[in-house]
Amino acid sequence: MKYLILMQVDPDVLAGLSEAQMSAIGDGHEKFMAAITETGEFLSTNALGDASQSSVVRSRGGVPEVVDGPFAESKEFMGGYYLVDVESKERAIELAKQIPDASIDGLALEIRPVMFSAGVDM
Amino acid sequence: MTERPLGDLLRELAPQVLAALLRRYGAGQFDICEDAVQEALVAAVQQWPRTGRPDEPRAWLVTAARRRLIDQIRSESSRRDRERSEAMLHEPLAGAAIAHADDSVQLLQLCCHPALTVSAQITLTLRAVAGLTTAQIAHAYLLPEATVAQRISRAKARIRETGAAFPAPLGADDRLEAVLAVIYVMFSEGHTVTTGDAIHDVDLTDQAIHLARMLHAALPEDGEVAGMLALLLLSDARRPARTTPGGRLVPLDEQDRSLWNRALIAEGIGILERSLPQGEAGPYALQASIAAVHDEAPDADSTDWAQILVLYRLLERQTGNPVVTLNAAVAEAMVFGPQAGLASIDRLVASGRPVDAQRVAAVRAHLLERAGSIPEAVTQYRAAARGTRSAPERDYLDSRARRLEHRQ
Repeated sequence: MKYLILMQVDPDVLAGLSEAQMSAIGDGHEKFMAAITETGEFLSTNALGDASQSSVVRSRGGVPEVVDGPFAESKEFMGGYYLVDVESKERAIELAKQIPDASIDGLALEIRPVMFSAGVDM
Repeated sequence: MTERPLGDLLRELAPQVLAALLRRYGAGQFDICEDAVQEALVAAVQQWPRTGRPDEPRAWLVTAARRRLIDQIRSESSRRDRERSEAMLHEPLAGAAIAHADDSVQLLQLCCHPALTVSAQITLTLRAVAGLTTAQIAHAYLLPEATVAQRISRAKARIRETGAAFPAPLGADDRLEAVLAVIYVMFSEGHTVTTGDAIHDVDLTDQAIHLARMLHAALPEDGEVAGMLALLLLSDARRPARTTPGGRLVPLDEQDRSLWNRALIAEGIGILERSLPQGEAGPYALQASIAAVHDEAPDADSTDWAQILVLYRLLERQTGNPVVTLNAAVAEAMVFGPQAGLASIDRLVASGRPVDAQRVAAVRAHLLERAGSIPEAVTQYRAAARGTRSAPERDYLDSRARRLEHRQ
């Protein structure tokens, strides 16, 4: 079963981290990726640019309109994701707990099931 | 005389060649034996169209695979038992040309090793027994090839670590439950990924049926193996009617039964009739019997629901599976009316037995619709649609809800 592990980040929390904490996060992600590649559960990952660089296209009176800024009025934004293929939702949650973000107050991981897939690499 | 397609021939020979190697070198060498077989298959695909097929394709493949195995062992200079391995490789491959009837079963048993996860068991079975390439498996499951390759090598390493033996020290029907579960999951996950890419397109339902046939040929006396094969054939027979050309799901009672595959139905029923008198029917034989009752009904209204209810009750007693209780509730509703079925579902939920809330909602929705409780049915259809992970099922459930909303 495929699950998307969404990394929900609060830019203020990230900005408040020390150099050592940031590099520990970087190392943690690298280790995590190596571990789930080894188990054959890793499909892909992407880290996204800051939400301030977002543009939103939405319909107004049936016509697409473009505005700057993120879609959600929120302190937290999707910072990136891991796409994994695992035996169960429990396993997906277990993996999410191993991501360094899971041990930093103010960051969160959201686990959502994937319903349909297509792509060049599949 | 036209030759069989090369792919079919190689897929049939692959497990036999692997078994010949394992028989000789032991399951402790499973990983390198399997690699060697894959390389021999690739060599055959490259060479045979040019040179023509050898008179003894299997012997050719065994020799080619064995040569690659020798090369591989030689290149692993760090191997402590290198001398012993080399000495072993110089002995003739005894019995390589003789097919062992139980090889396929032993290979299945090996791939369904309890140390492996179910998805690893399935992946390894598709590769080592069904003879699919990593690319084909990746394509069928919509996974990156690297992920599948990693899973296969990890599974092979696990088997090596556990020191599994081949010929297996197991009886022919040991681990049969795991083997049947793998075939069943493979079949249920089956869908055709049609990209027009003839080399990679693989139908998992066809692979599952192929494996079930193989198993039935090796264990013709086993009632559950016969039941499994019959179940798959009787379910697959309805495939042409199950979806519209646009991919929309069609429920059983609305299917165009003239599209059902009569030959598969006759074959499935024939297998059941031969195996059922041999003893008490197990869970797969019972499920096949239920499928047979559906398949034999000329139209939905003449379905013998009383018989289906009896079969579900037997199945319930054997398995204690709450999903079976849920299905029995549907049959109950057809025999005694929707209220009886709904009451059974209420009792099931109240009992606290673990049952998928999405399936409960979907069944309740159908029964509430039959009972004429339209607003409640709409609520349950919508809940079931939100809970599913299948896009066609979600669309189907939403369309049922929409249809009822318009009628209100």
